[in-house]
Formats: sequence, structure tokens, C-alpha cells
Amino acid sequence: MHMADALLSPAVGATFWAGTIGTIGYASKKLKEHLDDRKIPLMGVLGAFIFASQMINFTIPGTGSSGHLGGGMILTVLLGPHAAFLVMASVLTVQALFFADGGLLALGCNIWNLGFYPCFVAYPLIYKPLAGDGRSPRRILLASMASGIFVFQAGAFSVVLETLLSGKTALPFTTFLLMMQPIHLAIGVVEGFVTAGMIQYVRAARPEILDSSASSAPLAAGISFRNVLIGFVAFAVVTGGALSWFASAHPDGLEWSIGKVTGMGELPEQKRGIPAALKSVQEKTAFLPGYGFKPAAGEPKEKKQERPAWPNVDAGTSLSGLLGGVLVLAIAFGIGWAIRAYRRYNRPGSP
Amino acid sequence: MSHHLLEFKDVRFRYPDGTEALKGVSFLITHGESVGIVGANGAGKSTLLLHMNGYLLPTSGSVTVGELPLRKETRPEFRRKVGVVFQNPDDQLFMPTVFDDVAFGPLNLGLPPDRVRERVNDALRQVGALALADKPPHHLSGGEKSAVAIATVISMEPDILVMDEPAASLDPKGRRSVIGLLNSFAHSKIVASHDLDLILDVCARCLVIRDGMIVADGPAPEILSDATLLAENNLELPLTLQGRAAREGTHR
Amino acid sequence: MSFETAYSGIGRLDRLSYRDTVIHRLDPRAKVVATMLFAVVVVSFPKYEVLSLLPFFLFPILIGALGDIPAGFIARKVVAVSPFAVFVGIFNPLFDPGVVAIAPGVSVSAGWISFASILVKFSLTISAALLLIATTSFPGICRGLRRLGIPALFVSQLLFLYRYLFVLIEEAIRVVRARDMRAFGKKGAGVRVFVRIVGTLFLRTVERAERIYGAMLARGFRGDVPSMRSEMFRPADAIFVLAAGGFFALCRFVPVPQMIGRLVGGLAG
Repeated sequence: MHMADALLSPAVGATFWAGTIGTIGYASKKLKEHLDDRKIPLMGVLGAFIFASQMINFTIPGTGSSGHLGGGMILTVLLGPHAAFLVMASVLTVQALFFADGGLLALGCNIWNLGFYPCFVAYPLIYKPLAGDGRSPRRILLASMASGIFVFQAGAFSVVLETLLSGKTALPFTTFLLMMQPIHLAIGVVEGFVTAGMIQYVRAARPEILDSSASSAPLAAGISFRNVLIGFVAFAVVTGGALSWFASAHPDGLEWSIGKVTGMGELPEQKRGIPAALKSVQEKTAFLPGYGFKPAAGEPKEKKQERPAWPNVDAGTSLSGLLGGVLVLAIAFGIGWAIRAYRRYNRPGSP
Repeated sequence: MSHHLLEFKDVRFRYPDGTEALKGVSFLITHGESVGIVGANGAGKSTLLLHMNGYLLPTSGSVTVGELPLRKETRPEFRRKVGVVFQNPDDQLFMPTVFDDVAFGPLNLGLPPDRVRERVNDALRQVGALALADKPPHHLSGGEKSAVAIATVISMEPDILVMDEPAASLDPKGRRSVIGLLNSFAHSKIVASHDLDLILDVCARCLVIRDGMIVADGPAPEILSDATLLAENNLELPLTLQGRAAREGTHR
Repeated sequence: MSFETAYSGIGRLDRLSYRDTVIHRLDPRAKVVATMLFAVVVVSFPKYEVLSLLPFFLFPILIGALGDIPAGFIARKVVAVSPFAVFVGIFNPLFDPGVVAIAPGVSVSAGWISFASILVKFSLTISAALLLIATTSFPGICRGLRRLGIPALFVSQLLFLYRYLFVLIEEAIRVVRARDMRAFGKKGAGVRVFVRIVGTLFLRTVERAERIYGAMLARGFRGDVPSMRSEMFRPADAIFVLAAGGFFALCRFVPVPQMIGRLVGGLAG
């Protein structure tokens, strides 16, 4: 499930970008320290492999619906966490660009949701302890299942959290959570099955691939890793806190000045001195009644969906805004159309 | 310049699983020669080619290019002298654009940017692909890919060019242009292929390898018209010679 | 979206990105920065804002028109990826029943407005992202990222991925076609078959990586993927970023539609 730009606030987007960029830097640095040259083309081609295999659907048992490979776990088992994180990040980047899955701002969230948990949480804390030396098929299945379930639960939870913190949705926390988590439980189970199946398949055909990755994955230094993890979380919280404070304090100020300049409507009452960034979310929802007079408007299409009309205030202001909006759109599309027409006229022979 | 260019002296190679792939291979290639290597699948052709730039090292015997013996530590220098073009251009062209790909070798040689640009342009001009410089490899046709793959190696200015199936999976037109290209090079070259017509068109001399040994070595027209020898090696007369042989057969 | 339509979509975007127009010629860094800025400014609007977002459509429209990118193609791709945003947004009208007047005598629930806001933001940010890749070749974007400070190892990873994306997708298509031909109309396949297909694909991929590594060694590879392209950040690129930034700032701080509306209304009255 890909997070989308439209559901994000800049503060949440920036926070996860900071965490993601930091992790990319960390993984690149770690990887460089003891990189087998051989891995450079292998990582790249495996990224393409994950991308290609995600385009192949399979039927999820018992449901009839189709699923595809997530890939985070299998990559981590095959390449070790640092290399796997970079591969996942590159796969998601290419998807964000070529499929527009989510958009650029949400890319930070998506890399975090789908890359960080398998590589740096599930692998060291769940997969490795459960799989042991990786020779028992039953243990591999168990380890893959547990990690698959965890990875997708954590990913789905992050999506819920990111969406709610951004405050663009009116969905209550528990409702959203109850929608997301069970679906992803099923997806996680399937991912676990597929991961285990792939590992068995590779073990049967090319056992040396697994052995070499296991030995070159230097996760023995568990303590330093944990420190780094804690460092990142702290970093993310601090940046996020600072940014969202900034962002939440600022736009309101902007609205205020806009309101003053254009003389439209009263200000939503500012609840000053709220230090916690996260509260701005609830604050915004709490403002609801106050927003009635805001110069917001729906697209004409949606008018038919209106609720029983309540006596309203100040509709005249909104009307001129609506008129202006239609004009702005018309101008924008007109310019685009004119440029295209001009091009066509000047290059009649070109396709 | 020394008289001999590439020399294999009693080269033996055993894979870690015990298979003996080369059982004492010796030959000498001199400057300006063009040599074809033919043989059935599994005869040892690929193993032989992998020795030519040190991807594999002989278990015993020696490989030298010019005065340079192939050893673990001489491999980088060895690879500069012997340029190998692998069979599948998609494996050979791993960089995102044609220019970057052709520049990969010269940059690794540590040349300054101006010289690199010069080499890239020269190499692309030689294979007639200068216009493709900014394209990504997946936008190229099969023939274009093969030409660029050759350019990636020429740009390193090797003393000798080694090619594995340069025209495999090309359409007839692409194959024809690769043959034209190979004939336009003054380089010493070694071409391994099942395409005996191509060998006949491009190479003056031909080696036949069977079961890890050289079983024949001589002028290409002679070897490639020896129907018995070829049949023993799971090969067939080149099509161009088949017609002639058939005609001669009926006239006799 | 079937495998092959998805693939042809990527292929088409990729081919568009190698065109030669004013927009294509801009430095990749300028376009990456402007697009990122665009996304941030657009999502920075509050939950119930719709009208003030409309002027932002000028940015993707201009890029698309000047870059000679087919508008219908981009629009279809935007719609194709919309389900998640729509899924989350559609609950707003249900959970947010406050009422807003939009014209004399016409009011809608606030939830519809915030839903509309999500849809507008979605169309803006996604079309801008698609136009970035449609007007900038992927290697160009990677060079831009490298020069913006993204680690070299990660960038070379992106480049390898891009290079072999098309090769491996074609390989996957061949395998899937073979499967479908024998699946006799059953959609997809079970997990077991999937694992076998993907396993085969994986082993082929590993073998390919080994051959590529061999080819790299043959050309002197010693652990670093070298690069020598150095684009100059020209005045035109700077002007583009400044103009885009200025436009975004203007539209962020000044309610353009309302002003135009009032102006026109004033003229008419």
C-alpha cells in the first residue's frame, strides 16, 4: 500500500524523508566498508528483478484475489540488510517516477514503510533468531511468516499514522486501523509463504548464494546497530517535531494575513501556545465549525451530493471565489492548449 | 613490437568440481591475424575465452600477451591489452547510456576527461554509432547493440579483440553489418562462433577445439571445407560452401 | 492493469523523456528541485482548501505543453494510481458532516470539500511527478541526484536498476506468457507456481549479474562506477527554478482565484 502526497502534510513528509535519506546514507556507508565488488551489479539487477516480479500476480489462496511480491524480506535474506535497503529504496524510487505510485513527497514515507521494517527491524530481531543457521525448512518458514506478518503490519500501521498525523483525512484512528491491519495480515502471511518458498528454491539450486550473504552480513555488532537505530528515531522525532511546529505555526499565520488582506471571513480562533506539534492535527479538526465561513468550495459536480441545506453565512464571498477558480482553470488550460496549437502549427510534419 | 601477440602454452584448466575443461592447449597468434575458434557445445570454447582476459587463470601452463604473462596481479594490465566482447550485448552494456558505457573502460584506465571523450567518439565513429551516444541501450536495435558492445572494448585500445558469438541472435541484416564492421578493423582478432559462414567471412585462420584440446589449426577456407573434420565436431559445412560442395558432387 | 499495459506505459514514459524540447533541455537538478518544491507547497495547503489550489494547475500544464507531452496519457496514468487516495479520502464526507456554503442557497458538507481538496492535491502532485520523468531522462535524474548529494552507491544502484528493468521485465513477460498459455483462462496462478516462476527468474538474474560482473572486470572495473558527465547549471535553469518558486509563493500567499473572481464580479457589476 503506497502512501500518497495528497494525504500528507509537509511536516510528516519531511520527517520521513529525513529518516529515509539518513538511512540511505547510513546503509551506503556501511556497505562501502566491506563491499564485495560483485554485489554492485547483483544489487542493481536484483532491483530490476523485484520490480519485474512485482508485475506478476498470483492468486491468494482462499480469497481469489491476486497479490504480488513485496520483496523486502527476500532481499534482506539474500543480500543482507544494508544492501537490501538500498535495493528497496531504488525499486520504490523507480516506481514513484514511472508508475507515480504515491508521488515524490510520499516517497520518503514509502521507502521507510516498505524498506526500513524488513531490513532493520524484522531481519535482525525476528528472522535471524527464528531461522537460526537457516538450514531447517520449518524454521525458515516460521521465520519468514513471522517477519512477513510483522513487516506488513508495521508498514500498514505507518501508513495509518502518517495519514492521521497529516490531518487530511477525517477517518477516526481506530476505524482506519481496523480497515488497514486485517487486510495486511493476509498480505503478510502470503509474503511469508512466498519468501520461505523462494529461500527454499534458492537453497536447492544455488546454496552458495545464501551462505555468502549470511556471512557477509555483519549484523553481529548488534549494539552499535541498536544505537544507530535509536539515533535515527531520535533524529526523526526531533526534525519532525521542529518542522511540524514550524509548519503548523506558520500556515495559520499565513491564513491570518490572507484573511486580513482580502478581508474574507473571520479568523479561526487561534489556540496559541500549543507546544506539541501533533496536537495541531486535532486542533484543525476541532476548528471545523469555524471553517464554515472559509472561502472553500467544492467542485460543481459535487453539488448534487449536498446535505440538507443549513442556513448559511456569507455565501456571496464564496461565489466570487468559485467564479475566480473557474476562470483560473480556464486560463491555465487555455495557455496549455495555445502552446500545443502553436507547436502543431509550426511543425506540421512532426508527429 | 614482438613477433608473437598472444600465446597459450600447454594450458590446462580444471574447474573446482573436477571437470577438466582444457587439456593442454597451445597456439600462437601474431600481429594482425584474424583467428576463428570453432567447436561443439561443451568443447571448451568458453573456458578458453575466459582465459584470454584473466577471468579464469590456468591450472597449469602459461598465457602471455606480448611479453606479459597472465598472473593474478597482472590481470588489470592484461585486460587492457586483450579486449573481450561477451556474447550477450545486454550483459556487455551495463551503463545507462551508450556514451557512459563506452567511457566506462577509459575512465577505469584513469584517463583525463578530454582523452576519454576523444576515445569514446573515435570508438563510436569506428562502429558507425556516433549518433547513438546519448541513447539508453534498451532503445537500440540488436545490430546497434552489437556494434556498441564492440565500441565499449575498442575504446580501451586493446592490442587484440576477442569476440564470443558477435552475431548471435541478430537478424540477417544486423549480422551482415557486424561482419562488415569486423572486416573493417585492422585489429588482431579472435572470434569464437558457431556461425561458420561468419568465421569464413572474417577470419583467415581457424582453430577447432574438441574435448579441451586443439584438434585442428590452419587456414579457415581449408578447415571449414573439411566436411569430415567438421562432422566429427558436431559442425556442418558453412552454407556458402555447402552449395559449392553439392555442385561439385553432382558434376563429378 | 495487465502486465503488458503497465510495461508499455513505462516504455512510453521512458521514450518521451528522451525528446528534445525547452523543458527537456533544462538541468535535471532544476526540474527535480522545482517539482519537489511544487509538491511541498501544494500539500502545505490546509485540509479544506480547494480554490486556492487551482492556479497551481498552471505548472503541470505548462511543463506538459512546453515539453510536448500528451496530456491524455498523463491524465490516464494519474487516474490509474488514484485508488488509495480516493479510498482514504472518500471517508471524509462520512465522518465530517459540518456544512459549508459555497453559493447562495447551496451548501455541502465539509467532508466533501476536504475530499475535493485531496483529489485536487493528488492530481497536482502526481501529474507533476509523472511530468518530471516524462521530461527528464532517468539517467539525467540520477546525475542530478548525485550532484545534489545522494550517495554514489545508491545512485549507481538506481542506474543499474533502470538499465536492467526493461531486460528483466521482458524476461518476466516471456515466463508469464508461457504460464498463461497453459493456465487456460485461470487468472494468475497459485502461490506455488508463482514461487517457481519467480525462483527461476531469480536464478537467471543472479547468473546475469555474474556475467555483467565479468564484463565489468574485463573493462577495468575496480569497485567504483565512474562517471564524467558534468552538466553546467546554466542561467536558464536558475531562471526556471526562480520563476517556478516565485509562482508557487505567489499562489501560496495570495488567493488568486478569489481576487480574480472579485475583479470580474466588480467589472460585471
